[in-house]
Amino acid sequence: MELFFTSLLNGVTYGLLLFMLSSGLTLIFSMMGVLNFAHASFYMLGAYFGYVISSYVGFYPALLLAPLAVGAIGALIERYGMRRAHASGHLAELLFTFGLAFLIEEVVHLVWGKSPVPYRVPPSLDGPLFTLFSATFPTYKAFMMAVSVGMLAALYALLTRTRVGLLVQAALSKPDMVEALGHNVPRLFMLVFGGGVGLAALAGVIGGNAFVTEPGMAAAVGSIVFVVVVVGGLGSITGAFVASLAIGILQTFAVAVDYKLPFFDRVTVSQTAPVLPYLIMVLMLIARPRGLMGTRET
Amino acid sequence: MTRSRLALWAVTLLVLVVAPLVFSKGFALSLLCQMGILVVFALSYNMLLGQTGLLSFGHAVYYGLGALFAIHVLNLNKVPTPFIPLVGGLAGLAFGLVFGYITTRRAGTTFAMITLGVGEMVAASSLMFPAFFGGEAGISGNRSQEPFFGLTFGPQIQVYYLIAAWLVICVVAMHALTRTPLGRMANAVRDNPERAQFVGYDPQRVRFLMVALSGFFAGVAGGLATLNYEIVSAESLSALTSGMVLLATFVGGVGFFAGPILGAIVITLMSTVLAGYTKAWPFYFGLLFLSTVLFVPGGLTGVVVLQKRLWDAGLLSRVAPVYVRMAVPGLVFVGGAVVAVEMAYRGVRLPGAWLGTFAAMAVGLLAARWLWRRESDRWAAALEALAGKAAP
Repeated sequence: MELFFTSLLNGVTYGLLLFMLSSGLTLIFSMMGVLNFAHASFYMLGAYFGYVISSYVGFYPALLLAPLAVGAIGALIERYGMRRAHASGHLAELLFTFGLAFLIEEVVHLVWGKSPVPYRVPPSLDGPLFTLFSATFPTYKAFMMAVSVGMLAALYALLTRTRVGLLVQAALSKPDMVEALGHNVPRLFMLVFGGGVGLAALAGVIGGNAFVTEPGMAAAVGSIVFVVVVVGGLGSITGAFVASLAIGILQTFAVAVDYKLPFFDRVTVSQTAPVLPYLIMVLMLIARPRGLMGTRET
Repeated sequence: MTRSRLALWAVTLLVLVVAPLVFSKGFALSLLCQMGILVVFALSYNMLLGQTGLLSFGHAVYYGLGALFAIHVLNLNKVPTPFIPLVGGLAGLAFGLVFGYITTRRAGTTFAMITLGVGEMVAASSLMFPAFFGGEAGISGNRSQEPFFGLTFGPQIQVYYLIAAWLVICVVAMHALTRTPLGRMANAVRDNPERAQFVGYDPQRVRFLMVALSGFFAGVAGGLATLNYEIVSAESLSALTSGMVLLATFVGGVGFFAGPILGAIVITLMSTVLAGYTKAWPFYFGLLFLSTVLFVPGGLTGVVVLQKRLWDAGLLSRVAPVYVRMAVPGLVFVGGAVVAVEMAYRGVRLPGAWLGTFAAMAVGLLAARWLWRRESDRWAAALEALAGKAAP
């Protein structure tokens, strides 16, 4: 029972973090039709920026400043890089983001080195919040959950209740019409890219100190985020939410289970944990390329 | 085949035979071996990206599994060393048939995503079966077995000529494949799948065959790597290897048969020679890749071919002044960028040095833009004249 609840809480925390990444990715995809390979790299940049900024002005200002800085960088990259690549087609755009992911990792190597940086949970959030069946639940995990849920609510309000949000939704389905009505769609693209990347950076700021801030963190989480977006259905934020939680919980539980697999007597369930998400993704792409809640194919 | 093409093949063959006599030092020889392996791997990748229009993010699966099967067979001591790459190729072909059947049911972005998923899946299963995949330490073998016609393949020079022989076989086979109906249909499927289907070919089948065959050649490259390094680790089927072959192929130029060859040579030189001077070489390579994507989608080979066409049309003398004038601010900008990267890497914290570097970069960039506005007409005119000469 204790194992079940701890695993569930850990899974939900991890799933919510995945959702912060996948919501931005899926927004960018549905708007520009391109999968942003560098999305997890911005998550990593968020963690490193959070580390640097919090060492000067403290954690809470960094929570705001780091995503803003990364979002601005993302907007600039969209304006001067993506837009150029977009002119030569989808393939060029996909390759551009792929090269960008490679380059950002190298920048992190150059500036902060190859080993992890000491980015720690702030003292005010350190320590246990409550005890459940003799296992303690850390305050910081509750904080992470609160930030992700708050972000989800804010995103929902922004998309459905504000003028900009309505324009974004309109540009999702009929970009030409929105442009004909006199709205600056390229600038809207820039805004969505910067915003989505900023969300990833926010996830980095709160995830970087919960896990490890190192150059490999983008690659570690990047492909999982792709799995989430594909399984949830490209372009669907609700789908991304469901898939994030499902994959997060699945991975946490698979690691905790110690049963042996039938037929493979030396392989336990926990060893299959890294393979499971990709297996689900490949099966999903073959059987239902729209994903769980997607409206169109990739 | 025209006489100039024949001459090109002959020169290539001669270079392959003579190269180790000129570059006989141990380092240069192992560099040549590394190049040969990557050339086969990148050419096999371009069968998908350039010829069939399939962007794959998991090509290292065939390379790595080919290498793994090759080393296990090598350790059995049953197959003579020169045929080990064939074992790798057959393993690559087998997995190409299996994964090709799964992946080619869709094209475009879905194909790219499935290959990513399959690649990650195979890489992650190396944790599940450490006995086969070698775990952290990898699997080592010994290439010098019983002498094969007096050759033990112990010395590096013998391995070089073995790699060169396999390289020639693979390059000729892959080039011949572009001339077959299958190779032509692959191009048709890349350019317009609906029309290809309309004239009676199944695009999915063409893609499937191309993936399987490209898996074979990737497996041969893996088998060659097995013989060269005598160790195979799980890294050879990681996303990093898949990414590297994609970068190398694209930088070389996907639109030309020789493109991946050039790309493989460039990336090998950068990862060995340039890496000896600076630890930041992957950064420079990433920049090279991004600039290729943004400014010269034809890759390095595209640039070379354009110069040759200008030369043939007698127009190179007209654009040469543009190159010379653009080179000055261009070099200032690139030089400034290199200095900035090296200072970042070495942790230089002098504000004056940084300010000066950024100023030099800004001046170079602004001067280049200003100059380009004046020179672009001349450049455009030359290209127009070239198009005009080619048309009639």
